[in-house]
Amino acid sequence: MSTTVLLLTMAACGLVTFLIRLSFIAFGHHLPDDPRIEAFLRYVPPAILGALIAPEIFMVGGNMNASLDNPRLWAALVALLVARLTSSVLATISAGMAALWVLQGWPY
Amino acid sequence: MAALPIFQPDLMFDDTPRAEFFAGVRAELPLLLGVVPFGLIFGVLGLAAGLPGWAVVLSSSLVFAGSSQVVFAQLWGGATPPPVMVATVGVVNLRHLLYSAAVADFLRNLPWRWKFLLAYLLTDEAFAAAIGRLRDGPPTAHRHFFLLGTGFTLWAGWQLSTLGGVLLGAAIPENWSLDFSIALTFIALLVLSVHRRSDAWAAIAAAVVVLLALALPHKLGLLVAAGVGIAFGLFMRRFDGKKP
Repeated sequence: MSTTVLLLTMAACGLVTFLIRLSFIAFGHHLPDDPRIEAFLRYVPPAILGALIAPEIFMVGGNMNASLDNPRLWAALVALLVARLTSSVLATISAGMAALWVLQGWPY
Repeated sequence: MAALPIFQPDLMFDDTPRAEFFAGVRAELPLLLGVVPFGLIFGVLGLAAGLPGWAVVLSSSLVFAGSSQVVFAQLWGGATPPPVMVATVGVVNLRHLLYSAAVADFLRNLPWRWKFLLAYLLTDEAFAAAIGRLRDGPPTAHRHFFLLGTGFTLWAGWQLSTLGGVLLGAAIPENWSLDFSIALTFIALLVLSVHRRSDAWAAIAAAVVVLLALALPHKLGLLVAAGVGIAFGLFMRRFDGKKP
Protein backbone atom coordinates (compact mmCIF):
# COMPACT_ATOMS: atom_id res chain seq x y z
CA MET A 1 0.00 0.00 0.00
CA SER A 2 1.07 3.52 -0.64
CA THR A 3 2.75 5.99 1.65
CA THR A 4 -0.35 8.21 1.60
CA VAL A 5 -2.58 5.37 2.80
CA LEU A 6 -0.08 4.55 5.54
CA LEU A 7 0.06 8.17 6.70
CA LEU A 8 -3.72 8.64 6.63
CA THR A 9 -4.36 5.35 8.46
CA MET A 10 -1.82 6.25 11.11
CA ALA A 11 -3.28 9.73 11.52
CA ALA A 12 -6.77 8.24 11.89
CA CYS A 13 -5.48 5.82 14.55
CA GLY A 14 -3.88 8.74 16.37
CA LEU A 15 -7.09 10.76 16.20
CA VAL A 16 -9.21 7.88 17.56
CA THR A 17 -6.73 7.32 20.40
CA PHE A 18 -6.67 11.04 21.21
CA LEU A 19 -10.48 11.28 21.23
CA ILE A 20 -10.72 8.30 23.61
CA ARG A 21 -8.30 10.04 25.97
CA LEU A 22 -10.05 13.39 25.62
CA SER A 23 -13.56 11.96 26.09
CA PHE A 24 -14.27 12.51 29.76
CA ILE A 25 -11.78 15.35 30.13
CA ALA A 26 -13.73 17.32 27.53
CA PHE A 27 -17.35 16.25 27.67
CA GLY A 28 -18.15 14.81 31.05
CA HIS A 29 -16.87 14.55 34.53
CA HIS A 30 -17.66 11.00 35.59
CA LEU A 31 -18.28 7.58 34.17
CA PRO A 32 -22.02 6.92 34.24
CA ASP A 33 -22.67 5.22 37.55
CA ASP A 34 -23.18 1.82 36.00
CA PRO A 35 -21.07 -1.14 37.13
CA ARG A 36 -21.75 -2.86 33.79
CA ILE A 37 -19.61 -0.29 31.95
CA GLU A 38 -16.65 -0.88 34.22
CA ALA A 39 -17.18 -4.66 34.00
CA PHE A 40 -17.19 -4.44 30.20
CA LEU A 41 -14.05 -2.32 30.04
CA ARG A 42 -12.16 -4.62 32.40
CA TYR A 43 -12.32 -7.52 29.90
CA VAL A 44 -11.14 -5.47 26.91
CA PRO A 45 -7.38 -5.76 27.61
CA PRO A 46 -7.23 -9.52 28.34
CA ALA A 47 -9.55 -10.35 25.41
CA ILE A 48 -7.66 -8.24 22.88
CA LEU A 49 -4.29 -9.52 24.13
CA GLY A 50 -5.43 -13.15 23.96
CA ALA A 51 -6.58 -12.56 20.39
CA LEU A 52 -3.26 -10.95 19.46
CA ILE A 53 -1.05 -13.62 21.03
CA ALA A 54 -2.60 -16.80 19.60
CA PRO A 55 -1.85 -16.17 15.88
CA GLU A 56 1.71 -15.08 16.73
CA ILE A 57 2.29 -18.50 18.30
CA PHE A 58 0.30 -20.83 16.07
CA MET A 59 0.56 -19.15 12.66
CA VAL A 60 4.11 -19.42 11.38
CA GLY A 61 4.78 -18.19 7.86
CA GLY A 62 1.07 -18.13 7.03
CA ASN A 63 0.44 -21.76 8.05
CA MET A 64 -1.27 -23.06 11.15
CA ASN A 65 1.04 -25.11 13.38
CA ALA A 66 -0.91 -26.37 16.39
CA SER A 67 1.32 -29.41 17.00
CA LEU A 68 3.46 -29.99 20.07
CA ASP A 69 6.70 -29.64 18.09
CA ASN A 70 6.00 -25.95 17.48
CA PRO A 71 8.93 -24.24 19.28
CA ARG A 72 6.94 -20.99 19.63
CA LEU A 73 4.34 -22.79 21.75
CA TRP A 74 6.95 -23.90 24.29
CA ALA A 75 8.77 -20.58 24.26
CA ALA A 76 5.43 -18.86 24.93
CA LEU A 77 4.78 -21.16 27.90
CA VAL A 78 8.23 -20.31 29.30
CA ALA A 79 7.40 -16.62 28.85
CA LEU A 80 4.03 -17.08 30.55
CA LEU A 81 5.70 -18.69 33.55
CA VAL A 82 8.37 -15.97 33.79
CA ALA A 83 5.70 -13.27 33.47
CA ARG A 84 3.74 -14.83 36.34
CA LEU A 85 6.85 -15.05 38.51
CA THR A 86 8.45 -11.66 37.79
CA SER A 87 5.70 -9.33 36.44
CA SER A 88 8.52 -7.86 34.34
CA VAL A 89 8.02 -7.16 30.63
CA LEU A 90 11.78 -7.18 30.05
CA ALA A 91 12.36 -10.52 31.85
CA THR A 92 9.43 -12.08 29.96
CA ILE A 93 10.74 -11.04 26.56
CA SER A 94 14.30 -12.11 27.40
CA ALA A 95 13.24 -15.54 28.68
CA GLY A 96 10.87 -16.15 25.75
CA MET A 97 13.44 -15.19 23.11
CA ALA A 98 16.13 -17.27 24.83
CA ALA A 99 13.77 -20.26 24.95
CA LEU A 100 12.89 -19.88 21.26
CA TRP A 101 16.53 -19.64 20.24
CA VAL A 102 17.43 -22.75 22.26
CA LEU A 103 14.47 -24.71 20.86
CA GLN A 104 14.89 -23.87 17.19
CA GLY A 105 18.66 -23.71 17.28
CA TRP A 106 20.69 -20.49 17.24
CA PRO A 107 20.50 -19.15 13.69
CA TYR A 108 24.27 -19.28 13.20
CA MET B 1 -21.24 23.51 40.01
CA ALA B 2 -18.86 21.77 42.35
CA ALA B 3 -17.15 23.54 45.21
CA LEU B 4 -13.90 25.24 44.36
CA PRO B 5 -10.81 23.51 45.70
CA ILE B 6 -10.20 24.55 49.26
CA PHE B 7 -6.89 26.27 49.75
CA GLN B 8 -4.81 24.30 52.22
CA PRO B 9 -1.94 26.29 53.65
CA ASP B 10 0.90 23.82 53.55
CA LEU B 11 4.21 25.52 53.98
CA MET B 12 6.16 22.38 53.15
CA PHE B 13 4.50 22.01 49.77
CA ASP B 14 5.89 23.96 46.86
CA ASP B 15 3.10 24.60 44.37
CA THR B 16 4.98 26.57 41.76
CA PRO B 17 4.42 25.18 38.23
CA ARG B 18 8.13 24.40 38.06
CA ALA B 19 8.18 22.39 41.31
CA GLU B 20 5.05 20.45 40.31
CA PHE B 21 6.45 19.71 36.86
CA PHE B 22 9.75 18.35 38.17
CA ALA B 23 8.00 16.34 40.89
CA GLY B 24 6.06 14.71 38.05
CA VAL B 25 9.27 14.06 36.12
CA ARG B 26 10.81 12.39 39.20
CA ALA B 27 7.69 10.26 39.73
CA GLU B 28 7.82 9.05 36.11
CA LEU B 29 11.53 8.20 35.85
CA PRO B 30 11.38 4.74 37.51
CA LEU B 31 8.64 3.71 35.06
CA LEU B 32 10.96 4.45 32.14
CA LEU B 33 12.88 1.31 33.15
CA GLY B 34 10.06 -0.73 31.64
CA VAL B 35 9.13 1.72 28.88
CA VAL B 36 12.52 2.25 27.25
CA PRO B 37 13.10 -1.48 26.48
CA PHE B 38 9.53 -1.65 25.15
CA GLY B 39 10.26 1.34 22.90
CA LEU B 40 13.47 -0.26 21.65
CA ILE B 41 11.63 -3.51 20.94
CA PHE B 42 8.81 -1.68 19.19
CA GLY B 43 11.34 0.09 16.99
CA VAL B 44 12.95 -3.22 16.05
CA LEU B 45 9.74 -5.15 15.49
CA GLY B 46 8.06 -2.30 13.62
CA LEU B 47 10.75 -2.71 10.96
CA ALA B 48 10.44 -6.50 11.17
CA ALA B 49 6.70 -6.19 10.50
CA GLY B 50 7.41 -4.29 7.31
CA LEU B 51 6.85 -0.65 8.26
CA PRO B 52 9.36 1.86 6.92
CA GLY B 53 11.60 3.40 9.59
CA TRP B 54 10.07 6.87 9.37
CA ALA B 55 6.59 5.42 9.93
CA VAL B 56 7.72 3.52 13.03
CA VAL B 57 9.15 6.72 14.52
CA LEU B 58 6.18 8.82 13.43
CA SER B 59 3.66 6.43 14.98
CA SER B 60 5.21 7.08 18.38
CA SER B 61 4.16 10.73 18.22
CA LEU B 62 0.98 10.38 16.13
CA VAL B 63 -0.56 7.41 17.94
CA PHE B 64 1.56 7.44 21.12
CA ALA B 65 0.14 4.25 22.65
CA GLY B 66 2.65 1.40 22.76
CA SER B 67 0.62 -1.80 22.52
CA SER B 68 -1.68 -0.34 19.86
CA GLN B 69 1.36 0.74 17.84
CA VAL B 70 2.56 -2.88 17.92
CA VAL B 71 -0.88 -3.96 16.71
CA PHE B 72 -0.76 -1.31 14.01
CA ALA B 73 2.60 -2.58 12.75
CA GLN B 74 1.40 -6.18 12.83
CA LEU B 75 -1.85 -5.45 10.95
CA TRP B 76 -0.02 -3.31 8.39
CA GLY B 77 2.35 -6.21 7.77
CA GLY B 78 -0.74 -8.40 7.15
CA ALA B 79 -2.20 -5.97 4.55
CA THR B 80 -5.31 -5.18 6.63
CA PRO B 81 -7.88 -2.72 5.25
CA PRO B 82 -7.39 0.70 6.93
CA PRO B 83 -10.90 0.91 8.51
CA VAL B 84 -10.30 -2.41 10.28
CA MET B 85 -6.91 -1.16 11.48
CA VAL B 86 -8.42 2.02 12.91
CA ALA B 87 -11.24 0.10 14.63
CA THR B 88 -8.81 -2.42 16.09
CA VAL B 89 -6.46 0.28 17.40
CA GLY B 90 -9.50 1.98 18.94
CA VAL B 91 -10.52 -1.20 20.76
CA VAL B 92 -6.97 -1.76 22.02
CA ASN B 93 -6.95 1.78 23.45
CA LEU B 94 -10.49 1.74 24.88
CA ARG B 95 -9.12 1.33 28.41
CA HIS B 96 -7.97 4.96 28.28
CA LEU B 97 -11.63 5.91 28.80
CA LEU B 98 -11.12 4.89 32.41
CA TYR B 99 -8.08 7.17 32.79
CA SER B 100 -9.88 10.04 31.11
CA ALA B 101 -12.79 9.68 33.53
CA ALA B 102 -10.42 9.44 36.50
CA VAL B 103 -8.53 12.68 35.77
CA ALA B 104 -11.46 14.69 34.36
CA ASP B 105 -12.46 16.10 37.75
CA PHE B 106 -8.99 17.49 38.36
CA LEU B 107 -8.74 19.21 34.99
CA ARG B 108 -12.25 20.60 34.60
CA ASN B 109 -11.35 24.27 35.19
CA LEU B 110 -8.42 24.32 32.80
CA PRO B 111 -8.53 26.05 29.40
CA TRP B 112 -9.02 23.90 26.30
CA ARG B 113 -5.38 23.98 25.22
CA TRP B 114 -4.46 22.31 28.52
CA LYS B 115 -7.21 19.73 28.15
CA PHE B 116 -5.98 18.84 24.66
CA LEU B 117 -2.35 18.69 25.73
CA LEU B 118 -2.96 16.54 28.80
CA ALA B 119 -5.37 14.25 26.91
CA TYR B 120 -2.67 13.68 24.27
CA LEU B 121 -0.17 12.79 27.02
CA LEU B 122 -2.57 10.52 28.96
CA THR B 123 -0.85 7.12 28.74
CA ASP B 124 -0.94 4.11 31.09
CA GLU B 125 2.34 5.09 32.72
CA ALA B 126 1.75 8.86 32.94
CA PHE B 127 -1.63 8.18 34.52
CA ALA B 128 -0.25 5.60 36.96
CA ALA B 129 2.47 7.96 38.18
CA ALA B 130 0.21 11.03 38.50
CA ILE B 131 -3.12 9.81 39.83
CA GLY B 132 -1.84 9.51 43.41
CA ARG B 133 -0.70 13.16 43.43
CA LEU B 134 -3.95 14.36 41.84
CA ARG B 135 -6.26 12.36 44.08
CA ASP B 136 -4.49 12.52 47.43
CA GLY B 137 -2.15 15.54 47.24
CA PRO B 138 -3.10 19.12 48.10
CA PRO B 139 -5.70 20.50 45.64
CA THR B 140 -3.55 23.42 44.59
CA ALA B 141 -3.81 25.58 41.48
CA HIS B 142 -0.84 24.13 39.58
CA ARG B 143 -1.24 20.42 40.18
CA HIS B 144 -1.89 19.80 36.47
CA PHE B 145 1.81 20.59 35.98
CA PHE B 146 2.51 17.33 37.82
CA LEU B 147 0.57 15.40 35.16
CA LEU B 148 2.41 17.40 32.51
CA GLY B 149 5.69 16.30 34.12
CA THR B 150 4.81 12.59 34.11
CA GLY B 151 3.28 12.79 30.63
CA PHE B 152 6.13 14.71 29.04
CA THR B 153 8.80 12.45 30.60
CA LEU B 154 7.10 9.36 29.26
CA TRP B 155 6.61 11.01 25.86
CA ALA B 156 10.29 11.93 25.56
CA GLY B 157 11.44 8.47 26.72
CA TRP B 158 9.09 6.78 24.24
CA GLN B 159 10.19 8.90 21.24
CA LEU B 160 13.89 8.41 21.94
CA SER B 161 13.66 4.67 22.62
CA THR B 162 11.58 4.10 19.47
CA LEU B 163 14.15 5.98 17.43
CA GLY B 164 16.91 3.91 19.08
CA GLY B 165 15.05 0.71 18.25
CA VAL B 166 14.71 1.68 14.58
CA LEU B 167 18.44 2.43 14.33
CA LEU B 168 19.25 -0.84 16.12
CA GLY B 169 16.67 -2.88 14.23
CA ALA B 170 18.14 -2.03 10.85
CA ALA B 171 21.26 -3.92 11.97
CA ILE B 172 19.51 -7.08 13.21
CA PRO B 173 19.20 -10.05 10.79
CA GLU B 174 15.73 -11.50 10.12
CA ASN B 175 16.55 -15.05 11.19
CA TRP B 176 16.81 -13.98 14.83
CA SER B 177 12.99 -14.41 14.88
CA LEU B 178 12.67 -11.04 16.63
CA ASP B 179 9.06 -10.80 15.42
CA PHE B 180 8.30 -13.26 18.24
CA SER B 181 8.98 -10.44 20.72
CA ILE B 182 5.55 -9.06 19.70
CA ALA B 183 3.86 -12.12 21.21
CA LEU B 184 6.17 -12.00 24.23
CA THR B 185 5.37 -8.34 24.91
CA PHE B 186 1.67 -9.15 24.77
CA ILE B 187 2.11 -12.17 27.06
CA ALA B 188 3.75 -9.92 29.65
CA LEU B 189 0.99 -7.30 29.33
CA LEU B 190 -1.66 -10.03 29.50
CA VAL B 191 -0.32 -11.47 32.74
CA LEU B 192 -0.30 -7.96 34.21
CA SER B 193 -3.94 -7.45 33.21
CA VAL B 194 -5.23 -10.76 34.66
CA HIS B 195 -6.39 -10.35 38.25
CA ARG B 196 -9.36 -12.72 38.33
CA ARG B 197 -10.13 -16.08 36.85
CA SER B 198 -12.69 -14.50 34.50
CA ASP B 199 -9.96 -12.21 33.06
CA ALA B 200 -8.04 -15.33 32.06
CA TRP B 201 -11.18 -16.88 30.56
CA ALA B 202 -11.71 -13.75 28.44
CA ALA B 203 -8.17 -14.16 27.07
CA ILE B 204 -8.52 -17.90 26.44
CA ALA B 205 -11.87 -17.54 24.67
CA ALA B 206 -10.51 -14.75 22.46
CA ALA B 207 -7.40 -16.83 21.65
CA VAL B 208 -9.46 -19.85 20.57
CA VAL B 209 -11.92 -17.77 18.54
CA VAL B 210 -9.22 -15.80 16.74
CA LEU B 211 -7.68 -19.03 15.43
CA LEU B 212 -11.09 -20.27 14.26
CA ALA B 213 -11.86 -16.85 12.77
CA LEU B 214 -8.69 -16.59 10.69
CA ALA B 215 -10.81 -17.45 7.69
CA LEU B 216 -12.88 -14.27 8.13
CA PRO B 217 -12.19 -11.66 5.45
CA HIS B 218 -10.33 -8.37 5.99
CA LYS B 219 -8.64 -9.43 9.25
CA LEU B 220 -11.95 -8.96 11.06
CA GLY B 221 -11.10 -12.01 13.18
CA LEU B 222 -9.37 -9.88 15.81
CA LEU B 223 -12.42 -7.72 16.47
CA VAL B 224 -14.78 -10.72 16.49
CA ALA B 225 -12.48 -12.63 18.85
CA ALA B 226 -12.15 -9.64 21.20
CA GLY B 227 -15.95 -9.34 21.30
CA VAL B 228 -16.41 -13.02 22.10
CA GLY B 229 -13.64 -12.83 24.71
CA ILE B 230 -15.26 -9.87 26.46
CA ALA B 231 -18.66 -11.60 26.42
CA PHE B 232 -17.18 -14.82 27.81
CA GLY B 233 -15.32 -12.92 30.54
CA LEU B 234 -18.55 -11.19 31.55
CA PHE B 235 -20.30 -14.58 31.60
CA MET B 236 -17.58 -16.26 33.72
CA ARG B 237 -17.58 -13.32 36.13
CA ARG B 238 -20.27 -14.98 38.26
CA PHE B 239 -17.88 -17.83 39.11
CA ASP B 240 -15.13 -15.52 40.39
CA GLY B 241 -16.39 -15.44 43.96
CA LYS B 242 -16.44 -12.21 45.92
CA LYS B 243 -13.47 -10.18 44.75
CA PRO B 244 -13.27 -6.45 44.34
